[in-house]
Amino acid sequence: MEIDSNIRQQVMDRLQLVTDPEMNTVSIIEMGMVENVRGQLPKVTIELIPTYVGCPALDMIKRDVIESVRQVDGVEEVEVVFLKHPAWTSDRISPEGREKMKEFGIAPPPAAGPGGTWTVECPYCGSPKTVMQNLFGPTSCRSIFYCSSCKNPFEAIKPV
Amino acid sequence: MSKQYANAQEALQDASYTSALKELLYQLADDDLLISHRASEWLGLVPHIEEDVAFSSIAQNTLGHAAMFYQLLEELGEGTPDDLAHLREADKFRNSILAEKPNGTGHYTEDPDYDWGYAIIRNYVYEVFKRLRLEALTTSSYTPLADVAAKVLREQFYHLYHWETWIDQLAGTTAEAESRLNNAIQKTWQDVASLFDLGPAGEDIQKFGLIGSMEDIKNKFVAKVRAKFEGAGLKWPGDMKAGEFSGRECKHTEDLRSALEEIGEVYRLDPAANW
Repeated sequence: MEIDSNIRQQVMDRLQLVTDPEMNTVSIIEMGMVENVRGQLPKVTIELIPTYVGCPALDMIKRDVIESVRQVDGVEEVEVVFLKHPAWTSDRISPEGREKMKEFGIAPPPAAGPGGTWTVECPYCGSPKTVMQNLFGPTSCRSIFYCSSCKNPFEAIKPV
Repeated sequence: MSKQYANAQEALQDASYTSALKELLYQLADDDLLISHRASEWLGLVPHIEEDVAFSSIAQNTLGHAAMFYQLLEELGEGTPDDLAHLREADKFRNSILAEKPNGTGHYTEDPDYDWGYAIIRNYVYEVFKRLRLEALTTSSYTPLADVAAKVLREQFYHLYHWETWIDQLAGTTAEAESRLNNAIQKTWQDVASLFDLGPAGEDIQKFGLIGSMEDIKNKFVAKVRAKFEGAGLKWPGDMKAGEFSGRECKHTEDLRSALEEIGEVYRLDPAANW
């Protein structure tokens, strides 16, 4: 039979433990990557929305999801499907996710979609006096900024 | 209005549709694979470290776009993305000649004499074209392709913006910058027509509504690039002339063969290895 709300909740609890490997304070739920959980025990299918197309973390996330959800009683097989639609956009990141990003020293993306340059507040001191140093950063989804107030360099998620 | 296909299973029922679809997907995937390979050869050789971060990030992202198009081919039974990228011979590749041209003379490990002006102009032109082509794919009769195009468009914005910034910042600075950019435009223009060729299946690709009008893409391209060059005080090179061959018919320069040898070198050592 189709998984019930109890199993669904247990699966979601396990998914909450799966984090972005390059930002391990933020879960994939908070990243807005989990679109749907479905299936019939003993099999569960997790539909995920990939963030950046070329993101090498996706394979790791898939593996972590399988390992984590398999812990739920009654689940023997876990399937992970990456959806092509809808496209992931940076406004899918939840308010909790945005806060946890800051704890990791990464500024969450501004609300607007892709734009040439933009401004963000420093994740360390909250100052708006920041300067973009490079639109591109250590991963495809990040840019590099510098805070003129607390003198820290930091990264910010690009809006897409 | 052409018929819409929601997934690979539906498309596979229609042999002539699938055949045209595969041709187009190879063009999309191979273009991105080759241009990103050329980008990766610049690693450590670009003018400054910030550019190294940016250009390699663009290269990685573009390779991801190629992988996504290869995945669509895999769903149509063409084989895994890894095999498609690493094991095919040059005479099976449909990329444009512009995407395969080397960065300059020499090899990145030995006496590289690469031309940064050419990197700027070639990549700018490619990204303008790519953006217009992606926009024309968002209404594709093959829904999975339309979905992928919409997704790629959002991140590709930054790639085009990057090369626009280089042109804006260099043009109008020194006579040397201007002449190098103008030379690069001339060189790029030798191959630019190859981008717009849809190859032997072109008529079917258009008829089946797999992509919007190529004529329309070309007109928009000319308007945009001309405005950019002239606005930056650079010379508009005029009409694009078709080269000896376009790449879409699987005819290529010797440079593609050597590039593919390098791209697949490690994979071919042991295709069954688990990475």
